[in-house]
Amino acid sequence: MTPSTDLTPTTDPLVGLVGFARALREAGLPCDPHRVQAYLAAAGEVDVASPVQLYWAGRVTLCADPDDLPRYDTAFEAWFRDTRRPPATSTQVTEPTPSRIAALTPTPAGSGSDDEETPELHVAASDTEVLRQRDLSELSDAEREHLRSLLALLHPVAPKRRALRQAPNRRGDPDPRATLRRMLRAGGEPVALPRRRAGTRARKVVLLVDVSGSMAPYADALLRFAHVVTRRMPAEVFTLGTRLTRITRALRQRDPERALSAASRAVPDYSGGTRLGETLRVFLDRWGQRGAARRAVVVVFSDGWERGDAAALAEQMARLRRLAHKVLWVNPHAGRAGYAPVQGGIVAVLPHVDRLLAGHSLATLERLLEEVRSA
Amino acid sequence: MTAQQDRVWQLPEGPEQLAKALEGTGYLPDDGIATAAFLALRMHRPLFCEGEPGTGKTALAQALAQALDVPLVRLQCHEGIDAGQALYDWDFPRQLLHLRTVEAANTGDLDVEAVEASLFTRRFLLARPLLQALEDAPCVLLVDEVDRADDEFEAFLLEVLSEHAVTVPEFGEVRATVPPLTVLTSNRTREVHDALKRRCLYHWVEHPDLAREVAILRRRLPELTEVLARQVAGAVRRLREMELLKPPGVAESLDWAEALLALDRTVLDAEAAARTLGAVLKYREDADRVGTAGLDSLLAS
Repeated sequence: MTPSTDLTPTTDPLVGLVGFARALREAGLPCDPHRVQAYLAAAGEVDVASPVQLYWAGRVTLCADPDDLPRYDTAFEAWFRDTRRPPATSTQVTEPTPSRIAALTPTPAGSGSDDEETPELHVAASDTEVLRQRDLSELSDAEREHLRSLLALLHPVAPKRRALRQAPNRRGDPDPRATLRRMLRAGGEPVALPRRRAGTRARKVVLLVDVSGSMAPYADALLRFAHVVTRRMPAEVFTLGTRLTRITRALRQRDPERALSAASRAVPDYSGGTRLGETLRVFLDRWGQRGAARRAVVVVFSDGWERGDAAALAEQMARLRRLAHKVLWVNPHAGRAGYAPVQGGIVAVLPHVDRLLAGHSLATLERLLEEVRSA
Repeated sequence: MTAQQDRVWQLPEGPEQLAKALEGTGYLPDDGIATAAFLALRMHRPLFCEGEPGTGKTALAQALAQALDVPLVRLQCHEGIDAGQALYDWDFPRQLLHLRTVEAANTGDLDVEAVEASLFTRRFLLARPLLQALEDAPCVLLVDEVDRADDEFEAFLLEVLSEHAVTVPEFGEVRATVPPLTVLTSNRTREVHDALKRRCLYHWVEHPDLAREVAILRRRLPELTEVLARQVAGAVRRLREMELLKPPGVAESLDWAEALLALDRTVLDAEAAARTLGAVLKYREDADRVGTAGLDSLLAS
């Protein structure tokens, strides 16, 4: 965007600039004090009377992501072109409330939640064992609460790959640096030959969660699962539906409720339709091919209900398989008795996945973690 | 090295002046790039350039070095890059030889402290790009494709980028007399850590518009006619709008124009395009897609 030239100058530029940064922060840009300081310094360097220079001075200091740019443009237009200032709103601290994503919590919230006490849980070990096997879509509210605490107890371990960095190891190549140090200590005599060898590093993990209507009963539990995984290993999480949304940033927060509500705010297409092939293509174009999926363990959570063209889906899965180290497909329906992979989408993807797994219960999710670790 | 230290920045007075200097080198910047680079120079902050591959992020650093008449120090990042490849390393063979020489020349007992001190001096220190940039400053330091490096690597960069200094434990601190102008580029294969981004000016580089691309083509390839430059730029523009695996960047349109010149073509017709498509499209799937859409639709003006 190129801003137009007829801007109304403010009386005190500094107040206007700080106020602009504040308006941006309210619009969701990462304007921490550090960045605002940089912005003020930049504004001091350029010609403030020139809108083009002022626009770019702000854009290079206050934005940090291509997604920030449209918001910056809107805020710039609103702040510097409109003489009517938006009223300064105080910063509001919102308490996180348990998010209700999709159809997972079917009880209406309007039934007076204050006097409604959380049902007390008397859970014995056997109940836990039963719950582990229950289908996630058929849980009661109390069981759901219990499931959340059980999910938090999961201990995901990242898959390993060979690292380039080397660590001391008895059976490796000679380590010149360490040898030299030993020689020094021994007065110049090579008494010992320390060796080193490449260690291991965590392999990248990518979770693609289908949040379309047919997957809605599982969406909440799967996103909580994704949150647990993201906290423990280098994982990227995306949601698939009618469009692709990256929710890794939202899920990085420690508190699961905050993380989940941030994620649900980010995803515009809950319980919508599915265009798996198309969203997968967007994922591969924007992230996968550039590096996110390269040599990564990619887990797709989807039932494979494809509204679009199954051939396009197969084509994209083939592409994904060529990039990724392992592709795991988790279908919640695959755990049901009498399940056969006959839907168009699943049939199309089967040749291009390493494993087709069930993912309808806690126990199957644990099995998935095992599978990821050994991938 | 003394000659280098005497050198000073020819600092431009404003973005327009910097833009002119860049144009002199054959790089045609838009307002955004010129302002961003100008601010990076003035505020001593690294410039973090992100954008599609082939939008001229690396070329910007090269042009800046040329326009400011300073050397360019380039660090190409890759997976597994470590301090020994980016910052500094000790020259082990020479250290060993030195140690042996000291030992052979030694008559009495060896003073371990003194020998160790003599081993870790500047002459045994191999300067890798980051250290070299600090010593050579003023210069342009290009940290290319920082997103390819592992995230731990970013921690090495922090000290260099914010303090313009490198600390070598055995040796001490190396500090730049003049901060180098640092340009970091990223193809956005992964999100770079916020701590790094916060220290930088951020610029999202986009494909140039049609007129600018024609101007770039003509500037880089003077023998290219206006007609052919327009045809190539227009066709590349249409290719970018198609859903390709790898949309062509400016580098590809330059390649394409050069290929046409090498074949002595004066117009871009379907036959010439079919022969030279390999210069623009690097995937079989992309070539197939363009083939089914028809080369004529690509060339229609």
